[in-house]
Amino acid sequence: MELTVLNETQSESGGGCSSSSCGSSNDQLGHLPDAIKEKVHNHPCYSEEAHHYFARMHVAVAPACNIQCHYCNRKYDCANESRPGVVSELLTPDQAVKKTKAVAATIPQMTVLGIAGPGDPLANPERTFETFRRLSAEAPDIKLCVSTNGLALPDAVEELAQHNIDHVTITINCVDPEIGAKIYPWIFWNNRRIRGKKAAKILIEQQQKGLEMLVERGILVKVNSVMIPGVNDDHLKEVSRIVKQKGAFLHNVMPLIAEAEHGTFYGVMGQRGPSNEELMELQDECAGDMNMMRHCRQCRADAVGLLGEDRGDEFTIDKIEEMEIDYDEAMKKRAVIHQGIAEELAEKEKKRAALAAVKVPSGPSVENTNFRPVMMAVATSGGGMINQHFGHATEFLIYEASSQGVRFIQHRKVDQYCIGNDTCGEKESALAGSIRSLSGCEVVLCSKIGFEPWGLLEEAGIQPNGEHAMEPIEEAIIAVYEEMIATGKLDESRVSDTQMSA
Amino acid sequence: MSLSIIDTCVNCWACLDVCPSDAIYDDKPHFMIDAKKCTECEGDHADPQCASICPIEGAILDAAGEAVNPPGSLTGIPPEMMEKAMAEIQSR
Repeated sequence: MELTVLNETQSESGGGCSSSSCGSSNDQLGHLPDAIKEKVHNHPCYSEEAHHYFARMHVAVAPACNIQCHYCNRKYDCANESRPGVVSELLTPDQAVKKTKAVAATIPQMTVLGIAGPGDPLANPERTFETFRRLSAEAPDIKLCVSTNGLALPDAVEELAQHNIDHVTITINCVDPEIGAKIYPWIFWNNRRIRGKKAAKILIEQQQKGLEMLVERGILVKVNSVMIPGVNDDHLKEVSRIVKQKGAFLHNVMPLIAEAEHGTFYGVMGQRGPSNEELMELQDECAGDMNMMRHCRQCRADAVGLLGEDRGDEFTIDKIEEMEIDYDEAMKKRAVIHQGIAEELAEKEKKRAALAAVKVPSGPSVENTNFRPVMMAVATSGGGMINQHFGHATEFLIYEASSQGVRFIQHRKVDQYCIGNDTCGEKESALAGSIRSLSGCEVVLCSKIGFEPWGLLEEAGIQPNGEHAMEPIEEAIIAVYEEMIATGKLDESRVSDTQMSA
Repeated sequence: MSLSIIDTCVNCWACLDVCPSDAIYDDKPHFMIDAKKCTECEGDHADPQCASICPIEGAILDAAGEAVNPPGSLTGIPPEMMEKAMAEIQSR
């Protein structure tokens, strides 16, 4: 029996298939043709691996929006909050260019600049395109991308193509106007506010047309969908199938964020978001049709830094005005650092290929090769290593080990939005939050763990494991899975599968 | 005849971009409508453009001082539900 690493690498064990767009992986970049892989390899948002090495930033130059979504509230601007559509400070295109250069010079790992709002970038064409125009001329070593609701997309495709923008994200929550009317109360279209099914129909047509036009021009399209239980959850499988057929290269199904304190329609009306398990299940079902994205952090429209971190405070308007940036000099430094990262990643890739042939120790307990899959959680502060103390983890990466290998499934935040904070929402102990976020996992791998959480985790049926500290994640997971097989732990089905699930 | 913007405005720029009369300007603490320039879009559009794209209920008033987009008309949230939710959050 062979265990392989399934993410972002081709499997050699799949019966003679040698194409990188084939193999047993149904996850993330593993499936992509080489030409697309080359384009996205250093894009932190597209790969769980790259995001530990490369950083991204959003500049908030696009405040206006041309539609209303039921999960959005334009009034909200809480500094403690992290979700799309929230920003602290709006920028002019000039300030955005200054900020981008300042960040790129200070954080040379920053490879990608996105415009994602806080409204719809293409509903702000002058501010958005002025920013892109100047950056493509003045900072050519930065990749540019944009996200949109799609309503104004067909009219913007020509200009997007001119500014060398090779990634566009369209948020597509439905392809059926009946469902759309439950998500979008109105759109602004041809100088009128249009409501209901009629509005949804126009939006859907524009999104699909925009998608087709981008694909025709060779611009990469990622599709984002918000999973809204009872509204579009089932329907997203069809969305996934259709957008893939039309040429989108990646589908990112994200959980609805809805709290009453956000003041959104869904928040106030008590629409719930999906559980971790529901999200995972839908992503798995869509994966049959599509390359799925699993590690989206749903960041703010002014986020700066590595995914999951925000260094925006270092680059406020006041601070960037005082910085003197020599961008030509910075570009030289950046090129050296990017080269270093590329070499490091190539090295890891080689190691992984070697890993593709890890053997399970033979013995009586491994005669049966059809062992059940096991979910494991990992505390990591980056670099693809198990290198974080359990108590310090603000999120866990969830992997599944099975007889097919290891695959990354999702990340889970420990502190849900505005929970566990004295100022808003109910307070919950960090430890209970951590354990709750691990529901369904049988093992948690971390560098260290305290005595108290150890006991509580065991009670919850989750085995803490600190034996693989500072080891690469996938190798450690394979080792633990092999050990579980060898010690007969996978011979009987799991005793209690339901404990602690939120 | 002129529309006006009040302090619930969130400065999102949407109205400024669509005004056919250049009547809207970026001001502190919020955007304003120049009453001398505002035509309520008569002759240009069937509906006043600012009030047709504004996402904030109550932020734009008509010449009589009435909200063009009253509570609940844009978000679909019944005003009593909103009040209840806000009261609950306040009490925490």
